[in-house]
Amino acid sequence: MKITIDEDKCVGAGQCVLAAGEVFDQRDEDGIVVLLAPAPPQELWAQVEDAAARCPALAIEVEK
Amino acid sequence: MTEAQPVTTTQPMARTCPFDPPSEYRTLREQSPVAEVTLPDGLRGWLITGYEEARAVLADPRFSSRRRGLRTGGAPAGDAPVPPPAPGMFILMDPPDHTRLRLLLTGQFTVRRMRQLTPAVEKIVAEHLDALAATEGRPVDLLQAFALPIPSLVICELLGVPYADRVEFQRNSATLIRIDATPEELQQAQQALNQFIGQLALAKRTEPGDDILSGLVRSGELTDEELAGVGVLLLLAGHETTANMIALATMCLLQNPGQWEALRADPSLMDGAVEELLRYLSVIQYGVRRTALEDVELGGHRIQAGSTVVACLPSGNRDTEHFSGDPEQLDVHRPYSPHLAFGHGIHQCLGQQLARVEMKAALAALIERFPTLRLAVPVEQVPMRDNMIVYGVHELPVTW
Repeated sequence: MKITIDEDKCVGAGQCVLAAGEVFDQRDEDGIVVLLAPAPPQELWAQVEDAAARCPALAIEVEK
Repeated sequence: MTEAQPVTTTQPMARTCPFDPPSEYRTLREQSPVAEVTLPDGLRGWLITGYEEARAVLADPRFSSRRRGLRTGGAPAGDAPVPPPAPGMFILMDPPDHTRLRLLLTGQFTVRRMRQLTPAVEKIVAEHLDALAATEGRPVDLLQAFALPIPSLVICELLGVPYADRVEFQRNSATLIRIDATPEELQQAQQALNQFIGQLALAKRTEPGDDILSGLVRSGELTDEELAGVGVLLLLAGHETTANMIALATMCLLQNPGQWEALRADPSLMDGAVEELLRYLSVIQYGVRRTALEDVELGGHRIQAGSTVVACLPSGNRDTEHFSGDPEQLDVHRPYSPHLAFGHGIHQCLGQQLARVEMKAALAALIERFPTLRLAVPVEQVPMRDNMIVYGVHELPVTW
């Protein structure tokens, strides 16, 4: 799995952190997404897909 | 294609059950999820009742957040041009204006920061439940004694607004979200709130605190008018929405004793229950409006540039095409699926992580501490907020 995030699209809603806290975080200063694990292990894939589906700004792209 | 005949010509508003959106939404959703209707303020516009269609509108930059607001108290809006947003009112703006203002605030409402507030929120909740337990008289209005003070205290603390001034700002906020307020009432309430926050911001220039308003003053990014507008928006959005969710969720759980009991028996269900209650109750009851910037094809219809489009969150959140099982039922065990209660797209609720923390703390402690809580009046006698942009109760008489 390969994850791409678009910081310019991100609006800091935090949905990805709720969905997959081991893969996504937010910068303290402006809440913008931080990718902790660009190639996460398979057991987290479902969470990552949930994060991408939840993201209100469509800022997460997932390739399998 | 053959277009389905519209099943209604107006946006439905009358509920038959306090927890369900008007039943006509279901028929609309099944037959015509994108429908041209007359809106409550007399405008012709497009009502989007399907989940996927509503989500598509809210994520599409061709639909602008500059829009005609839902008001029934003045003359019909007709074809008047869309009014410009007041300074700081970033929910009514598009990029880059919206982006500039929102990004000044997103760092204050991150998941981590809001979770760090949990102990402080739980303390406020516990103090209010102590006071409730010590109350001799019955019934008690749970809205005034519990649901409203919790988020009001928290947002006051975060923003740096004196809680002592709550009577005034709560009254003015309530006017601003009344759909039948007259233009004069709206203007008066808006001015009073802007002045209130404006004066606070002025004081924080000389005596800054460790709060959001002081931070905004210090940033030097905003004009005085913008600062007042942003402050008013955060204050209003920070207490009205969550207060109504806490009160309405309590009432709804009391009317669904099996669900209340499930949460009492297993508090670990609470995260999922909060999402389910947000979905099921969808308090932004008349949806959120957008204006088409160009002609857009949607659901087999051509929506013309300039049209008002309403993404109907309560209807989308009951869509069987998206939610498994029976979305018309409240089910705290329901597996999570993205819902529209906080909206969607770049305007999705800035304070949603705070709302989650507050709802979870309030409901969990209330159920644990008052397991025998019950309505003190028949459910039909609870005054519902049909005339407000944010749904809920005007009062929630309870006993135990």
